[in-house]
Amino acid sequence: MSTTDNLIEARRQIEICNACRYCEGFCSVFPAMTRNRTFALADMTQLANLCHNCQGCYNACQYTAPHEFKINLPAVLADVRTESWERFATPSRFARVVQKHGMLTLLVLLLGLTAALLASANVSGAANFYGYFSHNVMVALFAPLFLGALSVVAISVRRYWREVQGKSVRWSELMTAVRSAATMRNLSGGQGQGCQYEDGDRYSHRRRWAHQAVMYGFLLCFASTSVATLMHYVMAWPAPYPWYSPPKLLGIPGGVLLSGGCVALMWLKAQSDANLGSVSRWGGDWAFIGALLLTGASGLALFAATSSAYVRPVLALHLAAVATLFVLLPYSKMVHGFYRMAALVREAQTASGRG
Amino acid sequence: MNKQILETTAWDIVVIGGGNAALCAAITAAEAGAKVLILETAPTSYRGGNSRHTRNFRCMHVGPKDVLEDSYLEEEYYQDLLKVTKGKTDPELARLCIRESEPSFDWMKQHGVIFQPSLSGTLSLSRTNAFFLGGGKALVNAYYNTATQLGVKVAYEADVAHLNIEDGLFKHAEVLYQGQKLKVQGRAVVLASGGFQSDIEWLARAWGPAARNFLIRGTPYNRGVVLRDMLDQGAESVGDPTQCHAVAIDGRAPKFDGGIVTRLDCVPFSVVVNKHAERFYDEGEDVWPKRYAIWGRLVAAQDDQVAYSVIDHKSNDLFMPSVFPPIQADSLEALAQTLGLDQDTFVKTIHSFNQACGDAQGFKSTELDGVSTQGLAVNKTNWARPIDQAPFYAYQLRPGVTFTYLGLRVDANSKVQRSEVAFENVWAAGEIMAGSILGEGYLAGFGMTIGTVFGRIAGREAGAYVNNR
Repeated sequence: MSTTDNLIEARRQIEICNACRYCEGFCSVFPAMTRNRTFALADMTQLANLCHNCQGCYNACQYTAPHEFKINLPAVLADVRTESWERFATPSRFARVVQKHGMLTLLVLLLGLTAALLASANVSGAANFYGYFSHNVMVALFAPLFLGALSVVAISVRRYWREVQGKSVRWSELMTAVRSAATMRNLSGGQGQGCQYEDGDRYSHRRRWAHQAVMYGFLLCFASTSVATLMHYVMAWPAPYPWYSPPKLLGIPGGVLLSGGCVALMWLKAQSDANLGSVSRWGGDWAFIGALLLTGASGLALFAATSSAYVRPVLALHLAAVATLFVLLPYSKMVHGFYRMAALVREAQTASGRG
Repeated sequence: MNKQILETTAWDIVVIGGGNAALCAAITAAEAGAKVLILETAPTSYRGGNSRHTRNFRCMHVGPKDVLEDSYLEEEYYQDLLKVTKGKTDPELARLCIRESEPSFDWMKQHGVIFQPSLSGTLSLSRTNAFFLGGGKALVNAYYNTATQLGVKVAYEADVAHLNIEDGLFKHAEVLYQGQKLKVQGRAVVLASGGFQSDIEWLARAWGPAARNFLIRGTPYNRGVVLRDMLDQGAESVGDPTQCHAVAIDGRAPKFDGGIVTRLDCVPFSVVVNKHAERFYDEGEDVWPKRYAIWGRLVAAQDDQVAYSVIDHKSNDLFMPSVFPPIQADSLEALAQTLGLDQDTFVKTIHSFNQACGDAQGFKSTELDGVSTQGLAVNKTNWARPIDQAPFYAYQLRPGVTFTYLGLRVDANSKVQRSEVAFENVWAAGEIMAGSILGEGYLAGFGMTIGTVFGRIAGREAGAYVNNR
């Protein structure tokens, strides 16, 4: 199916949903849809990125196959969503490869980068990580990667914003979106019962909690790195840092949350029904969680390996994982966070009548 | 489920049917300690009968209760029922049902049903009706989970052909299951298998041949097999055997199971013509929810059981979208052609309607505005605005059957009545006995109330029966 076919199929289903409206209470997608009578294809892009794939609507739907209406909103919105990320990414083709052949891309990048890093490590250096890779080398490697990834994401999200006809963002709209993401309101099920994912039509909060562990874990790790950068440049306090220092106090719980959350998400995903997601991008989903898990776990391993002979290989692996994460950021499911925020802000705009 | 288990197990209670009433009975009986089997004709994906298509529960309450606002007392509820049934109700059963609806609300929540505030466009019901989050299928799913946890067993695609009842005592059900005829034995039976509206031939015998052109809004599995079998075995009937509740729906709806999305709310703002391109009834008689059911009958009385609701551009946004886009044309002639109507007659009908329209300044879509036509054989008494702004739109209307009224008479313990030897261990709940209370018309959300209240009563009584023997 081409992009257009998925958009048209999504619109067909949304028009049925809009004549039914039984699912209005589950999440933001349904109230958003009821503001329209007719739908532009761009509306599908917005609704798809607003959908958190809680699957409540699928199990509640009296029109799922074998009914001739063949409603499967979680799946078609997942297709439209992943396709939109590919469409808006530069280069688009790379995004498609990453999402379709996620695990392969992940392995190639990770192993290639690990090998390259190992080969270029300063073997005779002191047994700490600046001994193996000087601070300047790391900055030279990661600063462009990080900034490059963010630039590509910025361009992508800007294209999204144009397509969904977003308006200039107000502070209150941003805060509404942040609150919604911070609590994963759209995975709450609408009445606090959670979503339906790993156990058929039974509700649970497991996915919501696992997702929050990953999200907050990631943010803590990011904060740890940021604090360390500040300490390095502003306070002239280079690594390694003792356990009670801010980078460690943020990084270790962050790594634990991130890794634990990823393991939980993988377990949940293994129980879930692939047909309620984007079947052709299933591999990309796994690779995304895999990349996050490798980053978190190798970071923790690095902490555990401090002052041992394993520092060098573990460090190379960790740096490769982080670099892989940055390379994949604009092209994998990793980018969903940015689109989700944009969709939530846009939803706050239309909900408040800004059109 | 394994065929052998089905046949060799000594079930305490066999519940026939798999919708709301059946599940309420099964759960209640299982909680009383009974070993319960549900025989559901539908496959898993279509389980739940017409409950799949429901969305709310009409509930009495003495003060604000959960998602329900204000209060809705027994007397008001009962008067609402009298209004729609025109008095065709059993006062004792009706009041019992109304009174029991309030504790049933709490019971529903305790057994997995999640309620939500009124949906958009249904705010008029926020005081009287509690909406299920996700609708009736979500409720059905929750009950199946609860029932399964309580040890209730479910056999899907199990067609009950006959109940073996000797001297008023139910012995076993003859069930067609996985290609084999089985005898499923139980110490008591609860009948919750709905009406007969999906048996089109029965419908045609009852209503007349026109019924072959009716669409069935709900499940194709309500074929009335058990209802027929019980009536043949002397069970007392209630409800008019010739009548069904029908509304006017989009004529392009599937034959079965089109559900909520096929409804059309455009009639009050339209001109409705039959296949001869002639008007036949006042489209603006009253606000739509009150006229909704009338139009099922009106369309059923037209040749070929079809009609066309025609609006113009200015009315296009005044009603809930239908699942099918309207048929659209830039001229009345072209519209008539697409609809297959006689062009001259159609244009003449619309023109004379337009000429009969008066001052439409006072048009108000949300209330009876008195904007009417003058001098027509059939005047439109509200919302009469000329059909003169292209593009023009039309929806085909056909009667959509919701349920049939014929059922089994029960007492206040939900026990099926018979004039000769009384049944000893046969109870009924839901649509199969609803005719006792709802002899005519319909009250939104009341079908689920009857199913829940009498499902629980039937489960309680059948459970007590097997426990006391």
